Amino acid sequence: MSLLYIKDLKVSYGGIEALKGISLDVEKGQIVALIGANGAGKSTTLRAISGLIPRSQGTITYDGQVISGHSPQKIVSEGICMVPEGRRVFPNLTVLENLKIGGYLRKDDIQPDIEHVYDLFPRLKERSWQLAGTLSGGEQQMLAVGRALMMRPKLLMMDEPSLGLAPLVIRDIFKIIETLHEEGITILLVEQNANAALKIADSAFVLETGSLSMQGTGKELLNDPRVKEAYLGKAPARNGIG
Amino acid sequence: MTLFLNQLINGLQIGSIYALIALGYTMVYGIVKLINFAHGDIIMVGAYAALLAMTGLGVPFYIAIVISMIVCVVVGVVIERVAYKPLRSSPRISSLITAIGVSLFLQNLAQTIFSATPKPFDVKISVAPIVIGDVSINFTTLITIVVSLLLMALLQFIVKSTRTGKAMRAVSEDMGAAQLMGINVNNTISATFAIGCALAAIGAVLYCMAYPQVKPTMGSLPGLKAFIAAVLGGIGIIPGAMLGGLIMGVAESMTKGYISSQLADAVVYGILIFVLLVKPAGLLGKKTSEKV
Repeated sequence: MSLLYIKDLKVSYGGIEALKGISLDVEKGQIVALIGANGAGKSTTLRAISGLIPRSQGTITYDGQVISGHSPQKIVSEGICMVPEGRRVFPNLTVLENLKIGGYLRKDDIQPDIEHVYDLFPRLKERSWQLAGTLSGGEQQMLAVGRALMMRPKLLMMDEPSLGLAPLVIRDIFKIIETLHEEGITILLVEQNANAALKIADSAFVLETGSLSMQGTGKELLNDPRVKEAYLGKAPARNGIG
Repeated sequence: MTLFLNQLINGLQIGSIYALIALGYTMVYGIVKLINFAHGDIIMVGAYAALLAMTGLGVPFYIAIVISMIVCVVVGVVIERVAYKPLRSSPRISSLITAIGVSLFLQNLAQTIFSATPKPFDVKISVAPIVIGDVSINFTTLITIVVSLLLMALLQFIVKSTRTGKAMRAVSEDMGAAQLMGINVNNTISATFAIGCALAAIGAVLYCMAYPQVKPTMGSLPGLKAFIAAVLGGIGIIPGAMLGGLIMGVAESMTKGYISSQLADAVVYGILIFVLLVKPAGLLGKKTSEKV
């Protein structure tokens, strides 16, 4: 059963069509990767799902309901949360305050959720009173994920979680994504790091200048020669330096 | 010593009014990075509203304050929605010029409606001054200082501990990320303008108690002083506006008492120049380093 279903989505920014009618679906409980080069429209897709930018055409259905046209607040409260590109934690608020803001729309007790985030990321617990701006890049990414978890999302969208992080930290982040997946959260992952993303993805889509060019399971795409050539950095013939 | 204490108290009186108005500048700057030059004229709006409520409707003084607050909040929120919101994604200079335009608009509108002739603002508060030794404290002075301090404490509480306050801080840090947390950015910005204008209305009435005259351009000078107070303390920082306002008020009043009243403004601006040379971000401002 698909949790999120996008049909023929078009988005334009000031005359430029950033998405030229894409259709994709995200099955409940899966990790779905969206890969592609810079400017292919990956972030635009996520921003359109969150209601941050208006679409010019198409529908977005979530959990059996059409959500395209809803306000960003409504979409968050329905359980679609985003970990934005570049982490975007609130730098002058403490780690704890950041988490509390993450649960802004929650009316019930959020203490158990804070504990849960601290269990997932013990490092954040140690730094609970520290200003988020003083954390390292990896810690900020953990905080951005933790902050999004405060709404108990059913669908977690992650925009380039590995961007600008050291390889070891990237490995941690991908481990966390798998942990969240095991907890039953559906994940829509946008990545330029196609290799890492495809390895953990149940299914994946390749986006090229606003349209979907390929789709399949993570494994299929990982072994697809076209994907290899374009996104995994394996040149068909190698000579000299390499 | 008597002169010193008297001037200190006078300085705290006018300083706390500056601080109340400065809070409006600093909160709005903090959240939308706009120097709202029309904020000074909100003082004028508040003063006329209170005056009309008392003379026209004949309501008592304390109800006039409430009416004045409501009028200022409505005017402030409407200004934001009509004049500033459409420019939110334009270059900052556009909204700055718009703010100056709004300021001129309000002044000229008031001139058309109420004429340029100053109107007296009399509030008869017949409570004897409190005398401690050689120092006598006017009841108005005492009220001004106490009310301002209470309001600042209340504001600090709102910003630190309420839902709206948290939303305000989140929006001022990162508008886009705040939206992703389900915060309604437009309402939060309106709330910020509303709080700033409500404080300005109270500041206006307190100002009129010190200088009992209402005229269309009356907001310019306290507005400018309050803006300087906000910059002095570090614009965008709430305790900075309070500190800046009090420093300005005391410096002004001390200069009047010990040097000359004509030099008061010069000394105040001198302090601003000196502070900005030493600490460009203001007294409580943090140095912001921009990553490249």
